[in-house]
Amino acid sequence: MVTTLPSTADIWAWLDAVPDPEIPVISIVDLGIIRGVAWEGDTLVVEVTPTYSGCPATSVINMDIETALRAKGVERLELRRRLSPPWTTDWLSRKGRARLEAYGIAPPQPAGGPQRCPHCGDSEGLERISQFGSTPCKAQWRCRSCGEPFDYFKCI
Amino acid sequence: MLDAPMTREAALFEGLLRLGDSTLILGHRVSEWCGHAPALEEDIALANTALDLIGQTQLWLGLAAEIEGKGRTADDLAYLREAWEFRNLLLVEQPNGDFGVTIMRQFLFDAWYGPLLTRLADSAEPRLAEIAAKAAKEVAYHLERSTELVIGLGDGTEESHARMQAALDQLWPYAGEMCASDAVDAMLAEAGIAPDPAALRPAWEARLADVMGKARLTIPQSRFAHQGGRTGTHTEHLGYILATMQWLQRAHPGATW
Repeated sequence: MVTTLPSTADIWAWLDAVPDPEIPVISIVDLGIIRGVAWEGDTLVVEVTPTYSGCPATSVINMDIETALRAKGVERLELRRRLSPPWTTDWLSRKGRARLEAYGIAPPQPAGGPQRCPHCGDSEGLERISQFGSTPCKAQWRCRSCGEPFDYFKCI
Repeated sequence: MLDAPMTREAALFEGLLRLGDSTLILGHRVSEWCGHAPALEEDIALANTALDLIGQTQLWLGLAAEIEGKGRTADDLAYLREAWEFRNLLLVEQPNGDFGVTIMRQFLFDAWYGPLLTRLADSAEPRLAEIAAKAAKEVAYHLERSTELVIGLGDGTEESHARMQAALDQLWPYAGEMCASDAVDAMLAEAGIAPDPAALRPAWEARLADVMGKARLTIPQSRFAHQGGRTGTHTEHLGYILATMQWLQRAHPGATW
């Protein structure tokens, strides 16, 4: 049977519709964890890198990728774990960063702390509560202007 | 056992067990705090640290199993070995004690493990190097946090200072094992796979002197170091840890999520 395989551009677009299970406002493509999409013969190979090595969302993400691509008719699929180069928050997409902030999570900054409060926008009086937050990728911060705590996406 | 010349693969397997067993046992120890830490933020931080360590364990032991080539998995190595087959440092199996002991143990470990990972990221064994490069990023956060806490608590109240000094005095005899070398290390160093642990000692001591100085804590004079964890002779604490950690796989072999 001869059928046309979907283009890798289509695959990327489909993957961009798969939400991150922990932070559903961004996609797994926004998160920068899809490191490669290619056909090897009639098998689609998707390379995925973990954010943090112990992130419990990793197996859920693999399941979501498989579910999404199967629904689009991809029959032969192989998910490959890729460790190197290690995931960095530099790979977050611009769209992803904007969505994080709108959702109330300050996007990562090279300076190591949030640029402004995602609630009130104030950039003064931000203080760190803890380097660790509700998921491995986040830290807890507080804004003294509006008095609200917020998550900051750690820069790694 | 070391009479016959050791192969590169055998040394690599041992080296990976030493890494993976240390992160596994420390990860398990730290996870015992979950729901018991002195403040919510600390509870979350400890759980996150434990999670990173367990994640790294899956990679270290996964590679160890692959190198061994006997069909075992990371889970088999973690859950189905006996205490004498574990190669973790004695330091990481020491009981949590109070929060001060837990944080001091973490700092002593992080101050060794972080720089070690940086060196391992240049290993001649690429599969080991890529795990190290990934873990190094996570451990940089652990080290930053444990350093801040040791300084904050050491140079804190009279009570916190006394507890941190007691923690350092208690754990110190278990710290030196990290920088001890044996035939496995020599083989790995020669093959360019891992640095000689003794070579890491000067930088580790310099960091300790700096941090303990800022924390107003006194490093004990004695350089006596208990040995044995890395060759399978453990303190009495490891058996209890394994009894808790392994019971499910022992009671229900092959159980999976």
